[in-house]
Amino acid sequence: MAAVESYPDDLRYHEAHDWARIEGGEAVLGITWFAADSLGELVHFEPPAAGSTVTKDEPYGEVESVKAVSDVIAPLTGEVLEVNQKVVDAPETVNEDPYGEGWLVRIRMADATEVDALLDVAAYQSVLASQ
Amino acid sequence: MKLIYERSQAGRRASVIPRPAGLPAPEIPDDLRRAEPPRLPEVPEFELVRHFTELSTRNFGVDTGFYPLGSCTMKYNPRINERLVTLPGFAHLHPHQEEDGAQGALELEWRLQEILKEVTGLDAVSLQPAAGSQGELTGLMLIRAYFADRREGEQRRKVVIPDTAHGTNPASVTMAGYELTDVKTDARGNIDVDDLRAKVDEHTAALMLTNPSTLGLFDENIEEIERIFHGAGALMYYDGANLNAVCGISRPGDMGFDVVHINLHKTFSQPHGGGGPGGGPIAVRKILEPFLPAPAVVRKKDGAFALDHDRPKSIGKVRGFTGPFGVFVRSYAYMRMYGPRLREMSEAAVLNANYVLARLKGAYDLPFDRLCMHEFVLSARNLKRDHGATATDVAKRLMDYGFHPPTIYFPLIVPEALMIEPTETETKETLDAFCDAMLAIAREAADDVEILKSAPHHRPVRRLDEVRAAKNPVVKHAFETAPVA
Amino acid sequence: MTQHPFLALTEADREEMLRTIGVASVDELFGDLPAGVRLGRELDLEPALSEHELSAHMADLAARNVDVTRELSFLGAGIYDHYVPAVVDTVLQRGEFLTAYTPYQPEMSQGVLQSIFEYQTAICELTGMDVSNASGYDGETVAADACYIAKHATGKAKVVITEATNPQVRQVVKTYAPGFGLEVVEVPHRDGTTDVDALAAASTGAAAVIFQQPNFFGCLEPAPDLAAAANEADALSIAHVDPLSLGVLEAPGRYGCAIALGEGQAAGNLMAYGGPHYGFLAARQEFIRRMPGRIVGETVDTEGARGYVLTLQTREQHIRREKATSNITTNQTLLALGGLVYLTWLGPQGLRELGEACLALGEYAKRRLQERAGLELVFPDRTTFKEFAVRAGRNAREVIRDARALGVHPGYALGRDYEGMDDVLLVAVTEKRTPEEIDRLADVLAEVAR
Repeated sequence: MAAVESYPDDLRYHEAHDWARIEGGEAVLGITWFAADSLGELVHFEPPAAGSTVTKDEPYGEVESVKAVSDVIAPLTGEVLEVNQKVVDAPETVNEDPYGEGWLVRIRMADATEVDALLDVAAYQSVLASQ
Repeated sequence: MKLIYERSQAGRRASVIPRPAGLPAPEIPDDLRRAEPPRLPEVPEFELVRHFTELSTRNFGVDTGFYPLGSCTMKYNPRINERLVTLPGFAHLHPHQEEDGAQGALELEWRLQEILKEVTGLDAVSLQPAAGSQGELTGLMLIRAYFADRREGEQRRKVVIPDTAHGTNPASVTMAGYELTDVKTDARGNIDVDDLRAKVDEHTAALMLTNPSTLGLFDENIEEIERIFHGAGALMYYDGANLNAVCGISRPGDMGFDVVHINLHKTFSQPHGGGGPGGGPIAVRKILEPFLPAPAVVRKKDGAFALDHDRPKSIGKVRGFTGPFGVFVRSYAYMRMYGPRLREMSEAAVLNANYVLARLKGAYDLPFDRLCMHEFVLSARNLKRDHGATATDVAKRLMDYGFHPPTIYFPLIVPEALMIEPTETETKETLDAFCDAMLAIAREAADDVEILKSAPHHRPVRRLDEVRAAKNPVVKHAFETAPVA
Repeated sequence: MTQHPFLALTEADREEMLRTIGVASVDELFGDLPAGVRLGRELDLEPALSEHELSAHMADLAARNVDVTRELSFLGAGIYDHYVPAVVDTVLQRGEFLTAYTPYQPEMSQGVLQSIFEYQTAICELTGMDVSNASGYDGETVAADACYIAKHATGKAKVVITEATNPQVRQVVKTYAPGFGLEVVEVPHRDGTTDVDALAAASTGAAAVIFQQPNFFGCLEPAPDLAAAANEADALSIAHVDPLSLGVLEAPGRYGCAIALGEGQAAGNLMAYGGPHYGFLAARQEFIRRMPGRIVGETVDTEGARGYVLTLQTREQHIRREKATSNITTNQTLLALGGLVYLTWLGPQGLRELGEACLALGEYAKRRLQERAGLELVFPDRTTFKEFAVRAGRNAREVIRDARALGVHPGYALGRDYEGMDDVLLVAVTEKRTPEEIDRLADVLAEVAR
């Protein structure tokens, strides 16, 4: 079952509909409810390799539904520590729980000051409102 | 129904292969010899015929009924053409036959080239590309070769494409090694000329444009667009997918285009065969002729027809031989049965489309409220907003009324798009029946949307689960499973 | 003017339709066209023909071709005169198959979709691969498609192709390669087959290695060794194979190839002066998301019944656009259906027997051309399938001309593509040729070759 629309206020957001949960020097990344809902039920996640580097504002993976494909944009720069295998195996997890079980990758941040440039929930919701 | 593999029983067969008596076969070295036979079906001939006949009854073609699939030009395919391709001189001619043994085939190809030159208003034709998208790629290769020859190859890296374009256009751009520049559509459905002007410069190699566009609209600013591109030293590519709208009325060459591909399987009635074959000849302006694929089909001074391989500036070959010859036979025959009356064909296609549009535009949203050409795009967004019925639901419900659905969700700039192309084939009675069905479905959406959501109800299968197919792709038969009834 | 047979609207229909639209004339519908782009005259084409007149004209054109029913032919070189059974015509002339578009709406298209699924299965069985697409344009373009797969799978910038691969395949690969950012390197043959060490040396840094089995000369390559050399270099090993050889020759999937592809014409399509035919392309599972073109997958409907749909469409141009795995959309579905019907007609036993018949007749022809016509084989030590190269004693094109004057086309002039082979004929012998016909070839060559 798809989750109901929500945007947790403990997350930071990127205008390309991605989120980051900051945990010390690490961050967990995912896509927002809006992104998952726009695509429809996900059928494939093409993840980056563990150990590779993701770069802020650049694509680091792809998510696909039956009829659409979308780059996943990195909100922060860092090294990939872990890929969420559950999403690789069952991509619909993202639709069901975009901010919990449906996270995509965990990274070690290269530059913690990048966090300051991300949107808070209010700013992200105004991005959504303008679309 | 069963797969042919599920009808198979070891030991049955449909073929008898003559065995030359007393002739030994050479030994195949062990490591090159087939170890285990392929599990091809084992059926007698009548089982084969019944299986494929049953399969055919689970399919819908133009011969079955109305097929208004936008951008695909699903017109009647004359039966005489199927007889003509079986003439032994065509069907059993080896493509490496010497030229003096293939004069009829070469003449047919040459005559087809001449007709296409006149229909497109251009100077030279290559029949080689196998389909529209290969025509696109070939055209871009010509453009690349042309600029390389002018020493502008490094400088001109960009190809401009409107956001209404077929996906083949951007895909071809990448395959040709070019970079893509997107240009927007304006409120009337034309290319946004201001956006265009800002994006075309000395780095631009070409424009790729479908005109009329995938919205079914003729670009009213085509002359201005031509000035912008040629003014910047760039070339213009015409995607001929929609040529059915303008035969004998306006020619790509007259619009200023330098390269055109023609979809023989759309405009000129090669049957589409459930996904091919097609034919994608290209016609070009004189400046591009030296770069055309080799060999070229030419008529010599003595009147004989020949293959000219001596084309030093040619981009090379894009497929085997001179192209899909059987497609040429059919399309040539089709064009000879129309001659100058091709204009009547296009006029009927445009009249049919406008009539259907006029009857449907109250019930469905019309994003660009203009007269259309040979097709038009409606939006089911009003049904989605008011009743929760999507373009998919409308399409599936149309099946229950006995019609093939329109193209849906394309072009991408129209939400819940329904792209309808009636073609010139069809009586007014058929068009009316289709319009009545579309209007009934709009009413059903309001009265009982579930009947749309659960459609189709009268096809060999109900709505199919595409998510399941994509998640765990099963793309061939798993032989170990038990037969399914 | 008489109503055209492919049009339907009467004058009354037209008037009523124009009234509904709200315009006065058909011309008004074209009001968006600027005057400057209008043709403003009739198309300068010959007048429309009736079906009767057209038939006569086309019969006249066809009669000016010398096809294989009028001339005993040993031409091959990629396109072969195999027997096509009547059941192929029967199935392909079903209007429901013939006049359908690509199966975008699966509930309308189960016939085509299931037949493609069955075709994919047949190609995977023949080649020993995991996944086949619904077909490519021909045996040439599928090789270019495979290069695009290899480019993206490896990121490398070179493709290696053996010189003993069909020249048209090499030409098409060379035409496509610059756009893909690939350099093409050719590896020469030695005595009719590819030298494994030379191929291994060339394979370093290659995205793909393409070879043909049997090769263009009809010789059996040491295919497992060639594949191993490519794999050793982390290049995709790609075998271009004759589908009708695969009853007697090993499947590429069994000797380590990443991709198997080829020209499907021999299996179920008429020669038709070069097309339309189908190219087949199959690969190991790991390349499924890099495959070009349509792929059909199995699924179920809302009531649990089995059905078929186009799947993994996010690879394709209509969704992924400039990042698509190919620009292909229209492919060769009807010709591939012909292939499926033909392979079903053959069955596994028929396929093996056909291969054996080609082997036996080819061997007989080699012997007769040596003994009766006094000709020399170019590669006497090689095992060949269906085709072999023979020295004609003088310029092969002249030999062809003189033999044709006696009603026999003796084969393909290899000098068209290979230096030093101006006197070489490539002779193809399918199961349709009889020992008597082969004797006649030998007699004619005894007379015209010296």
